[in-house]
This record gives sequence, structure tokens and C-alpha cells, in this order.
Amino acid sequence: MIKIINLKKSFGTKKVLDGVNLEIDRGKITVIIGRSGEGKSVLIKHIIGLLRPDEGSIFLDDLEISSMREREFNEVRRRFGMLFQGAALFDSMTVAENVGFPLKEHTDLNEEDILKVVREKLKRVGLVGVEDMMPADLSGGMKKRVGLARAIVMDPEIVLFDEPTTGLDPIMSDSIADLVLDTQRVLKTTYILITHDIPFTYKIADKIAMLHEGRIIEQGSVEEMKANPDPVVRQFLEGRAEGPIKVY
Amino acid sequence: MMKEYLEKLGKTAERFVDSTGQMAMMLAQAAMYAFLPPVKFRNIFKQMDFVGVQSLFVVVLTGSFTGMVLALQSFNALKRFGAESLVGPTVALSMARELGPVLTGLMVTGRAGSAMATELGTMRVTEQIDALVTMAVNPIKYLVVPRVLAGILMFPVLTIITDFVGVIGGYMIGVRLLGINPGVYIGRTIDFVQVDDIVTGLTKSIVFGLITTLVASYHGFYATGGAEGVGRAATSSVVLGSVLILVSDYLMSSFML
Repeated sequence: MIKIINLKKSFGTKKVLDGVNLEIDRGKITVIIGRSGEGKSVLIKHIIGLLRPDEGSIFLDDLEISSMREREFNEVRRRFGMLFQGAALFDSMTVAENVGFPLKEHTDLNEEDILKVVREKLKRVGLVGVEDMMPADLSGGMKKRVGLARAIVMDPEIVLFDEPTTGLDPIMSDSIADLVLDTQRVLKTTYILITHDIPFTYKIADKIAMLHEGRIIEQGSVEEMKANPDPVVRQFLEGRAEGPIKVY
Repeated sequence: MMKEYLEKLGKTAERFVDSTGQMAMMLAQAAMYAFLPPVKFRNIFKQMDFVGVQSLFVVVLTGSFTGMVLALQSFNALKRFGAESLVGPTVALSMARELGPVLTGLMVTGRAGSAMATELGTMRVTEQIDALVTMAVNPIKYLVVPRVLAGILMFPVLTIITDFVGVIGGYMIGVRLLGINPGVYIGRTIDFVQVDDIVTGLTKSIVFGLITTLVASYHGFYATGGAEGVGRAATSSVVLGSVLILVSDYLMSSFML
């Protein structure tokens, strides 16, 4: 569904992506893992057009989206939803206004119908009766849930997740994993996640791709990655300080 | 030593050109999106309330005290030539042509400009602006256009209020405290102040409204570096906004005299 070909991106003299090649399958959960600062967020931001590549291309089906003009890209973006690391909820709006925001901007639904959809999406992420709360009054886990409700409110084909479990306790991380699985199974949406949370990755991934030194060095199913002999992959998946990946 | 100095100077010049270009681009985009439907009236009214209504107290306070002190000082100076009757026009002309728009500009830059930069800066560093983009909402149209429009529309209104309370303040001091004949005070003011003087001040205030909101939006919109970056954006927007108001005031005054 999404094909990333030889994607390169530098910021000043720092080369962040150095020829990423990756295929994302339709209706599957693809998890991109890698150390902090390896460029996972940069990669995901290229997919949704928040950043543009120096070289290489990204195809969505047959459309080359990486070279699209902003206005054309906005049409493509309606096929996406995105959950940000800190949820990126609008501080000045209530939960209901946040979740209903894309509907208000892009559909002709009236307030009542929007609220109906908002309640349904909030229920799907396990939240009831929070419509009038402000983001500042929510816990970290609730913010992520509201962020997910907003990301799926337009029933997108593809949902991107930027570090969905960062800052959450293990139990909350596990409940987010359940939520990811539940919401994905209903509509068979394509989910792309970036994380360095290995237990979370093992629980949800159909495919794991490891980003290291600006490239995807290995990819495969959970079982294939668990059996992967590559010392870099082994060190990362086992969470060891000793190994070929330098700690600095 | 010399090389380092030149390098630093070059980098500063590069940054200046870069940010001026970016600001000009933002203005061009805002001007374009302002006329492209759909127009978000609710957002514009919200910003008009923030820039205009919520600045009322501060401009009334500034305007009235400025009018009062102008009356005191001009009375003291004009008395030496036996021209106390000119206190009214002096206060009114100073307020209408210079102090009304400039003081309103500086006060609202301090109050609303810094708050705008902080709000947009926080939205930038917490990825709320990126979230808008991912939801196919143009952030310049959604965030910058209402702020700039509110500045352009509300600064002249605030300036008229500042002028008015300034003149009232001057009257209170000139007539009630210093004993100038009220008929002479009002008559002389009407004789000397022309519509052109008020229009000059209002034209300036439109430019100041644009400067304040554009500079604040720019600094907030492109803020980087977490909480510290947001603080820097707020400070920069007030400093640059104030400096640009004073410089553009001189330039406009020299053309409009």
C-alpha cells in the first residue's frame, strides 16, 4: 500500500535518513523500531508530508506523494489519521471539540451528528462521559485515547502512531496495545507505529522493521525478528547496553 | 579574531534575511488565504475579542494618563508664551497623530502580541500545529489569518478609544485643575484638529496592528526548543514588534506630514 524507496533526509550536516526502503502492507500493523534519535519520527513525518525528502520517494498505491504540492497532499491527508507522541490535543478545546474537529472542518455534519460520532469513537477507545473535559484535566493515558479517537474519527485508511506508549506505565501501555488491536481489527485499517517499546511491539505487530543508522536494516514478522541473528537487532530487542550499538 | 567576528556577522545577516523572507512569505500566504473560502468568522471574532475587547482596560488607562500628563506639561510650556489656550489642541493633535496609535501599538504588543506568540509557540512545540497539518487544515489560514485580521480591524478601534480618553483626560486637567476656560479649550481644539489628523493616526494604527500580529504569529509559529523556545518567541515578538512600530511610525510620519 505504501512504498518507501531510497528515502534520504539530512538536517544541516546531520544525515538522519540514509536510504530507507520499506513496504507497508494494507490492513496490517507495521511497527518501526529503533533507538531514540534514529529518525523514526522523521520517517513517519515524511509519510504524512510534514517533512519532504531530500532524495527518494514515497508511493501511496500508485500515487507518488513525496513530490506532491501542499494542496494536492491535503487531499491525500484525508486518508490518514495520526496519533502524536504527546497526543497534540488542542488545549483550548474540550475533548468533544478535539475529536470532532476533523468532522467540523471537512464534513457538512451538524453539531448533533458530530457529537454522535464523537461519542461513538470515544466509546470505541474506552472513554465515556469525558466529552466536556479539557485536555489539561486528562491523564496521559486518557490523552492518548482521545488522540486516537480523533485520529480515527474520519475512518481513515491509514493511521500513524508516534511513540504511543512513551510516558505511560506498563499496564497503561498494555491497555493501549489492546486498544490498537481492537480498533484495527474492526475496520482492518493500516496501522504504522514507531516505538522502542519491545513488549508492546511483540503484542501488536504483524511486521517489524528496524531502523538503524538511517536505514531499515532488518524486517519481518514477530517470530522472524525474534529469531533474527543480526547482532544489532539482537542487542536492541534484548535491551542490552553491550553490543555493536554504541551507547553515548 | 577578525575572521570569527566576520563569520558571526555573516551568520546574523543570514538569519536576518532568512527570517525577513519567512515573515514576508507568511504575510503573502495570510493575504491569500484571507480571501479564500471558507472564512472562519468564529475564529476571527474570537481573536477580535482577545486583541480588542480584552485590551480595553490597558488602553483606557494609558490613554487617559497620557492625555493628563500632556495637558500638564504643555500648560507649563505654553504658559511661558501666554498661549495656555492651545493646551487643548496640543493634547488632541499629539494624541490623534502620534501618541494614540503608538501607545496603543506598544501596549497591545506587550499584552496581546506576547500572549499570541506564547500560544502559537506552545502549539508548535506540543505538535498541535503539526496535528492541524495532518488533519488537512492549513495552519496559516486557521491560526495566522484570524490574528492578523483581528489586529488590522481592532487597532484602529482601540486607537480611537485611546485618543478619546486622552482628550478627556487632557480636558479634565486643563479645565478642572489648571483653570482653562472650557469654551476656549473645546473651541480651540475643534479649530485646530482636522479629520486628516485623525485619519493619519488611524492609518498608522492599521499598520501597527499588522506588524504586531504578524511578528507575534511568526515568532510563535516557528518557535523551537521547548519551553525556553516559547519564552524566547514571546520576548522576541515584543521587542521586534515594538521596534518595528517605532521605526515605521517615524517613516510614516515623515511621509504623512
